[in-house]
Amino acid sequence: MPKLKVDGIEVEVPAGATVLQACEFAGKEIPRFCYHERLSIAGNCRMCLVEVSPGPPKPQASCALPAMDNQEIRTDSDMVRQARHGVMEFLLINHPLDCPICDQGGECDLQDQAMGYGHHSSRFAENKRAVEDKDMGPLIKTVMTRCIHCTRCVRFSTEVAGVNELGALGRGETMEITTYLEKALASELSGNVIDLCPVGALTSGPYAFVSRPWELTRTETVDVMDAVGSSIRVDTRGSDVLRVLPRTHEEVNEEWISDKTRFACDGLKRQRLDRPYLRREGRLVPVDWQEAFDAIAERLTGLAGERIAAVVGDQCDVESMFALKQLMTALGSPHLECRQDGARLDPSARAGYLFNTTIAGIESADAILLAGTNPRREAPVLNARIRKRWLAGGLEIGLVGQHHDLSYPYRHLGDTPDVLSRILEGEHAFAEVLRRAGSPMLVLGMAALAREDGAAVHALGRSIAETFGMVREGWNGFNVLHTAASRVGALDVGFVPRAGGRDLAGIIGGMADGSLNLLWLLGADEIASDLPGDTFVVYQGHHGDRGAHRADVILPGAAYTEKDGLYVNTEGRVQAGIQAAFPPGQAREDWRIIRALSERLGHRLEYDSLGDLRRALVAAHPVFAALDRPRPAEWLPFGTGGPVDTTPFGSAIANFYMTDPISRCSAVMAECTEVFGIGEAA
Amino acid sequence: MSGHEFAEEQPANWEFTPDNAARADDIIARYPPGRQASAVIPLLDLAQRQNDNWLPLKAVEAVAERLDMPRIRVLEVATFYTMFNLKPVGRYYLQACTTTPCWLRGSDQVMRCIRDRLGIGNRGSTGDGMFSLLEVECLGACVNAPILQVNDDYYEDLDYELTGELLDALGRGEPPPPGSMAGRNLSESSAGATTLTGLRPASPGLEGE
Repeated sequence: MPKLKVDGIEVEVPAGATVLQACEFAGKEIPRFCYHERLSIAGNCRMCLVEVSPGPPKPQASCALPAMDNQEIRTDSDMVRQARHGVMEFLLINHPLDCPICDQGGECDLQDQAMGYGHHSSRFAENKRAVEDKDMGPLIKTVMTRCIHCTRCVRFSTEVAGVNELGALGRGETMEITTYLEKALASELSGNVIDLCPVGALTSGPYAFVSRPWELTRTETVDVMDAVGSSIRVDTRGSDVLRVLPRTHEEVNEEWISDKTRFACDGLKRQRLDRPYLRREGRLVPVDWQEAFDAIAERLTGLAGERIAAVVGDQCDVESMFALKQLMTALGSPHLECRQDGARLDPSARAGYLFNTTIAGIESADAILLAGTNPRREAPVLNARIRKRWLAGGLEIGLVGQHHDLSYPYRHLGDTPDVLSRILEGEHAFAEVLRRAGSPMLVLGMAALAREDGAAVHALGRSIAETFGMVREGWNGFNVLHTAASRVGALDVGFVPRAGGRDLAGIIGGMADGSLNLLWLLGADEIASDLPGDTFVVYQGHHGDRGAHRADVILPGAAYTEKDGLYVNTEGRVQAGIQAAFPPGQAREDWRIIRALSERLGHRLEYDSLGDLRRALVAAHPVFAALDRPRPAEWLPFGTGGPVDTTPFGSAIANFYMTDPISRCSAVMAECTEVFGIGEAA
Repeated sequence: MSGHEFAEEQPANWEFTPDNAARADDIIARYPPGRQASAVIPLLDLAQRQNDNWLPLKAVEAVAERLDMPRIRVLEVATFYTMFNLKPVGRYYLQACTTTPCWLRGSDQVMRCIRDRLGIGNRGSTGDGMFSLLEVECLGACVNAPILQVNDDYYEDLDYELTGELLDALGRGEPPPPGSMAGRNLSESSAGATTLTGLRPASPGLEGE
């Protein structure tokens, strides 16, 4: 623990800290471009110069200098001021003066630091250099003349994203950042280089020339594009969501988000359901709320509870699912389902469907067995955490399932569930790895559970976890990686078949044979295209996607940016989404729709505000009482033992860029699909 | 000014000859296991020598594959060092030093002679594929300045006439022996052998000693 003085302030910093960190510790701001806490140290921008004694009588780069005992650092001396002036002047020699047409304007590190630490004018009268722009794909717009060669983007893509495609060619004045032969940057995390770029060299393609930062209203909320529940900031102007940026959440997404999270927001403006519709003579015609409610009430009159079913989708907030469950219970329907993909998840034990290790916990693991999952496609940010752990060294990874480039090396053990059985019985070499490991992890993906023998695979995973010491005091290595943002919340509120209820296959079967007469789809689009029979379908959701096409009544709801709502991520972390914009037209928050209809149906739900609803929710399910604090779940029996078959594990997500109604309506995601295919290079 | 220009005509395939492949393995074996990326510069050099003194992209990729490195990392190295040529160069690759000592000793004459005889300037090539010229920084042989490096050989003590003679000889395909073109042996004094004891004190401070 070195003790040193920064501008006369004595600080003690952890061993291995740099002088720059010590200065921050002392509350001194050190300007920097290339240094970034989550990337390796490059030391090439020279902006962080400070005066250090003892040491040579010249300023030194604080980001690359270890803090040591008895150092005296000056961050405010004339030497430091002059050094910063000089560095700034050099940086601006070749930087164009195009701030008025630069999208970084207003949130530009170079602009800010030039104001704060720069000189008032330049002595450079010659021509500035110009650099050809590079094609980095549809997401990243490049203006390479603005580049100051901090190499943050190169380090990010190499270290965090694990795609070695970005590099700095040439030297000195001819240095240029580019991808190999100017190919588009193929990573699900590529958008993060936009945030990392301290200047306007890499900016958001879809957001180009759209807005200035000071015009935007910022709302801090959570993402629902995957089950990670990344912390995001939604920037709106009026009722338009213009962009989505990451927020720092050390335990979830650090400060990265996936490209789908960031760029699918243009889908919020297309194909929106902005008023109720009713199918009349085969065609959907716009109606008002009263007519839509009347049509549903008419259908429900005299209909027995067991002839009604409800399926919730992948992006629903907990409150609306809770309200719908209560309404369905009041109507007497036992047929509730949240597992649109048919995952054989047993809702009885919470530990059986959570990512128990937690995302931050991955960093403590020393062996990971992935089964039926492609985390790079299903949860890119979580995959980055596995890669981070792998980079630290001493991690063994095995995969049972489809072979893909996960951005780190792993042993491909096979693609059928019987490999898991062999591991359990100790007949497989990887069993030895798990046995040796101090903190082993098992990650079951949806491709392992959404199949005929899913329950048996689930039980098999449980046996592996118990056999190899994955479950003990202070460590739970049994994990389920979900793909749907609403799934854990739905399981938590018990949106699963009640006694005598049908599961997904049963509901579809019931529609085919006419034993079900009304199906309520709450944002459930994934199953809608293959619904048989002439069952009356009520679709409540926000996009005119598959569900709405099949619907007889459409109730326009709110997308995740348009309502306050709770979401539970794959770790079981309850997070609050905050409303950033208003739903379009006559669309309303989903719980309000259900509440209003319940009154019309004569089963009035006992809450008139979101606060009341949340109180009822917490009373029924205490797990929702603690926001953002996942509590270890009790290890209870789950899964149904049985034989596993030999069908290989498939893929839970066909196309990373299009998984839900919002991303399917996004033109940007469509373009990505065209350029990059379905996700990581297979 | 944007410029890592690669040759427009690139070979469709490129691989090390069996001899060079064996040599490459030798070079790689000099480094500890897992550190084979250290061999990137010698391997690029080997590839360039095999390929008439320039590196096609396929050669960069072949080196990357052999060293298990990402292609972009190898390309970074190949573009960083001026010694790697990413475009074809002439049979005689002239590197003229114009750093201060050579310049003081008349490197401008060397450059002028090359322009007069061959009609090429910095980064130029003759149409017949015989000569290419690159102006370089210090070649580290200042004692015999000015220097012109032809492929791997240094030609020293040049002036306008001697450069002309050199270029003529090269043009005939008869490269003269490398070293001083003025007939000096290595870097001996051009005014004959001298010793320190024969020197008069040069500095006023040393008089009377």
